[in-house]
Amino acid sequence: KLFIDTGKDEVFSLIQALNIRVTLTPVLPTRALRSDLTIFMNEWRPMFSRFHVIIVKDPDLKEELKIPEGFNLDVYGKPDIDQVVGSSTSILFSGYSCRYFGYLVSRKKYIISVDDDCLPARDPKGFLVDAVAQHISNLTNPATPFFFNTLYDPYAEGADFVRGYPFSLRGGVKCALSCGLWLNLADHDAPTQALKARQRNSRYVDAVMTVPARSLIPISGINIAFEREAVGPALVPALKLAGEGKCRWETMEDIWSGLCVKIVCDHLGLGVKTGLPYIWRTDRGDPIASLKKEWEGVKLMEDVIPFFQSVRLPREATTVEECIIEVANAVKERLGSMDPVFARAAKAMLDWVKLWQSVGSSS
Amino acid sequence: MWRPFFEQYHLIIVQDGDPSKKIRVPDGFDYQLYNRNDVNRILGPKASCISFKDSACRCFGYLVSKKKYIFTIDDDCFVAKDPSGKEINALEQHIKNLLTPSTTHFFNTLYDPYREGADFVRGYPFSLREGAPTAVSHGLWLNIPDYDAPTQLVKPLERNTRYVDAVMTVPKGTLFPMCGMNLAFDRELIGPAMYFGLMGDGQPIGRYDDMWAGWCMKVICDHLGLGVKTGLPYIWHSKASSPFVNLKKEYKGIFWQEKAIPFFQSVSLPKECSSVEKCYLALAGEVKSKLGEVDPYFIKLADAMVTWIEAWNMVNSPGEKPAMTSLPNATSKK
Repeated sequence: KLFIDTGKDEVFSLIQALNIRVTLTPVLPTRALRSDLTIFMNEWRPMFSRFHVIIVKDPDLKEELKIPEGFNLDVYGKPDIDQVVGSSTSILFSGYSCRYFGYLVSRKKYIISVDDDCLPARDPKGFLVDAVAQHISNLTNPATPFFFNTLYDPYAEGADFVRGYPFSLRGGVKCALSCGLWLNLADHDAPTQALKARQRNSRYVDAVMTVPARSLIPISGINIAFEREAVGPALVPALKLAGEGKCRWETMEDIWSGLCVKIVCDHLGLGVKTGLPYIWRTDRGDPIASLKKEWEGVKLMEDVIPFFQSVRLPREATTVEECIIEVANAVKERLGSMDPVFARAAKAMLDWVKLWQSVGSSS
Repeated sequence: MWRPFFEQYHLIIVQDGDPSKKIRVPDGFDYQLYNRNDVNRILGPKASCISFKDSACRCFGYLVSKKKYIFTIDDDCFVAKDPSGKEINALEQHIKNLLTPSTTHFFNTLYDPYREGADFVRGYPFSLREGAPTAVSHGLWLNIPDYDAPTQLVKPLERNTRYVDAVMTVPKGTLFPMCGMNLAFDRELIGPAMYFGLMGDGQPIGRYDDMWAGWCMKVICDHLGLGVKTGLPYIWHSKASSPFVNLKKEYKGIFWQEKAIPFFQSVSLPKECSSVEKCYLALAGEVKSKLGEVDPYFIKLADAMVTWIEAWNMVNSPGEKPAMTSLPNATSKK
């Protein structure tokens, strides 16, 4: 393993000369509550330091970011975003959605995205979990969406396919998205977190599994990884709540994005995994204060889920971009009149595809 | 070894093979023992649907039971320990699984939301949080994993040491291989669908009894809006059967499952099928017409499925004739 923790140019040029290819980019959004990334970056240093890191600064954040030395990184702020995408579409990249700008400009094969209130977790034996390595393992091993394996990931060490699993399905399909989980503060919505204020997730479930085809799942954006080449355009910064706030439970953008990805993956025969790795999510925010705002996101889900469950993509849609355009049109047609947030989401999805084609695909 | 966990419950033991052999059951259990003679006496000609010399015969026990919940376990399965060293009360976990709803329509990334310390995640619609009634609880196995013969041959030394601390719902529309080694179900909700097929002596296939029941059961549960859970509890599976013997039994199944799975994935039951029995009979018809072409065995199996439902109704109908009453061979009450 290559461990880079140096500011020395000689080391960097040696790495370049040896053509050590790094295929990963951790992409980090920053939150308006925190401009000091020192603790975050230092805690993740063992896992991030050998990769290219992209930090996207929330355009609403006024303070300068404090970032420790020793990382190979690019930092993008509002001026950069405006320059690349133009100030009319830069609206897509505010709040938590600023991370999608990172996805757009990265040129790496795999992207890992972690919220900045998350630190590496420890497994039940006390070892630090290398979330990056686990995500990569998930993405580079096949997924098995067409039949459920009761021993979970058959490619994990010490496991295999069980009796009754058809052999023709044991090759699996490519895994395009890996959804990790969270210890301590789990990703609950505001009502649940307010009701169970002291509940913390301490259960370490030692499994990775493929989400079956045609099953939808709420994909949290707090700890995910994906193959940019395979599904990049499907992670859409589209659903912006009118009251979207700076706490995760005041957003639904990632849930919407995840539903789009799953629909596309199901259509194109790609896999989505969920389970390990865990990260440790630190306590933050007051769910009761969030409750005082309208439960907009929670109410919207009642219409969003049935919609996605009924979306059917035509056979002619063979690329991710074509699929997203189809979904966007369906959103406009079937949800647009229900709430203006959906009409805006549909437009954002179409803008995103255009952006991806112009900015995202150039080498 | 199971005494502390089983003692308070009623046991049904189905004795396979030679009925003249005496089975020794330790004292202190409330049980009923049925051998082949009892099966023939109680079911008459319909006994033809109950397999001989195969674990599939256990479904006779489901048929005659009068209880609401059934737990079935293989005789080489013992009490397991969780990572803290505590003995696992498998029955208790199965009951918890069956008494709490399933989340069939939308996958919860934190697994069973009704477990202590867990809940639904952000994005999970509130209207779906009531879930569906749970019909089946599928437990797992530490030590010897439930592999097929080819995998056993290639990995004779592999042991399952991974304790995955989760229960989860198998989503609607998704099939899975149901293992009968550590299984519980709500007899009132799904009983008639738990037919373990024609296996063993006189049949071209073995070791697919639970698989067959599981595929039929899941299609029917999906149709009727019932849930299936998998995961905890674990039991300790101590004995690996001979992979060579297993290969001979399973080998046709390995080819046939390639046809059977697409069949089950695409079969649809008519809307009018509102009961398990009706669903099962409709399914039997589909098996006959669509899988009958694969092998004549499936025609026989489809007929046996119909016989099973007839047997079920005969034994469980309210106006049961005295001659048909299920008097067991041996009973011992505490």
